[in-house]
Amino acid sequence: MQQTVFVGPGLIAFILIVLLPFVMGFYYMFTEWDGINIGDAKWTGMRNLTKIFTDDERFWDAFLFTVKFTLAGVLITNLTAFLLALMLSRNLKSRNVLRTIFFLPNVIGGLLLGYIWYFIFVRGFAAIGEATGIGFFNLQWLGTPNTAFWGIVIVFVWQTAGYMMIIYIAAMIGVPKDLIEAAKIDGAGMLQMLRSVTIPLIMPAITICLFLTTSNAFKMFDLNLSLTSGGPGNATESIALNIYREALGYSRYGLGTAKAMIFFLGVAIITVTQVWITKKQEVEA
Amino acid sequence: METRQKYTPLLFVTEIIGILLALLFIAPFYFLIVNSFKKLGDILLNASSLPEKINFGNFQRAWEAVEFPRVFMNSFLVTSVSVLALVVISSMMAYRLVRRPTTFNKLLLTALIAAMIIPFQSVMLPLMRVTSWLELRGHFHGIVICYMGFGISLSMFLYHGFVKSVPLEIEEAAVMDGCTPYGVFWRIVFPLLKPITVTVIILNVLWIWNDYLLPMLVINDRMTTIPLAVQKFFGQYLRKWDLAMAALTLSTLPVIAFFLFLQKHIIEGITAGSVKG
Repeated sequence: MQQTVFVGPGLIAFILIVLLPFVMGFYYMFTEWDGINIGDAKWTGMRNLTKIFTDDERFWDAFLFTVKFTLAGVLITNLTAFLLALMLSRNLKSRNVLRTIFFLPNVIGGLLLGYIWYFIFVRGFAAIGEATGIGFFNLQWLGTPNTAFWGIVIVFVWQTAGYMMIIYIAAMIGVPKDLIEAAKIDGAGMLQMLRSVTIPLIMPAITICLFLTTSNAFKMFDLNLSLTSGGPGNATESIALNIYREALGYSRYGLGTAKAMIFFLGVAIITVTQVWITKKQEVEA
Repeated sequence: METRQKYTPLLFVTEIIGILLALLFIAPFYFLIVNSFKKLGDILLNASSLPEKINFGNFQRAWEAVEFPRVFMNSFLVTSVSVLALVVISSMMAYRLVRRPTTFNKLLLTALIAAMIIPFQSVMLPLMRVTSWLELRGHFHGIVICYMGFGISLSMFLYHGFVKSVPLEIEEAAVMDGCTPYGVFWRIVFPLLKPITVTVIILNVLWIWNDYLLPMLVINDRMTTIPLAVQKFFGQYLRKWDLAMAALTLSTLPVIAFFLFLQKHIIEGITAGSVKG
């Protein structure tokens, strides 16, 4: 009885909303299903998978884009966050205000941020470019595949770096002071201190931040939709956006589900490997 | 790392660099705000200048075009009810799983943690079918139940780590005094969980308030939330920058206010949440 009251509601919600659809996905990925008659799905065996693997360049372009974006986004976000944290774990007078400012973009959702930056890339940069004549601002940022890619990376870094910074700061403050003193007495320089003391000791934070940024970048959707909506052409279409369009745009729910299951596999492999690798680097103080 | 350092020249230079970077970080907000006060012509002429005079005309029109009071209320209701429900079900479940680690309960814990890796896009299409079956689509309780399902893993996990640190002795004393199991949980254990409850509330509020895709799929027009309204608005008024900037300013204000009021808790909450995650 108590088991039912304490566990029941959560269990039911979890089964209905996550587990059941997930299991159903393994069936629907082998069907043709238009989503209009949401009830009937025709079994087509391997047809969806064959199509994806042999005749769906757009999906693999999206896959490649997502992987490249994840690499760039994760690397730059964590470097930025780490440097910000290094700065803000010192006794700066403006430390608290700066922390607030760097964190601020994170509380706004990706969709709204995307629209704000859409305006900045289209009008704001143009205005700065006109006033200063710096070529960087006069590019058609969202107009070419390459600049649009970096445009999304910039916004992603701007959005997530503050969050990771908070995690890094907490870890840096936790590094025992006697270790730092000891390293100083042994004559360690700043870089050496970072490499041999700080980084090994904050490895758990690095694991967490890499995990969070990797999975966020790989699953990026809102920002993609509002900033470039996959354009120009389909050059900046992420996997998540590709799946969404396959199903809701072209009403191919079966094919969309098949892609969604491949996507799941990709997310699982990438995040598990990453956590496994960084976990091995963790040491005790 | 936080030692009582003297304010050295190096520190001063670091401070200057920090302030410059911070200015770069808030520059987008500058563009957003100044342009929401300008006329369209002025925006097209120069998007980086300050407005010549402050007029709230754009806000007035955007307020009506987005039906701001209504969508704000929708967002508010969806977020608050879902978060409340999540706090209740996840704390209760975590408590039970810690105190009664039966085989079933251990399995359940593993399943919930493992499920955190499943991306939303991987379940959303079959979910649309499930929500139609159960007549959850287009209903307020429907979206709340969806958030309960998607949110329980992380929330329960956070509580689980915390309940373990609550000493059993207090509970035993309460049982001796004739407290029922539910009384023990709500009157004694739950108040002790307050720090992690704050974390759970904050993480879920930020997630649900800003969520776009789930409400897009299961909500109907009547219940449109802020992200949905903004997206629709942009579809209709693309290039009407004056209205768009005012609408965006309006839409970001509530969550920025939430953050500025609670920033100490938010930053602590995120630190606590990530250490567990």
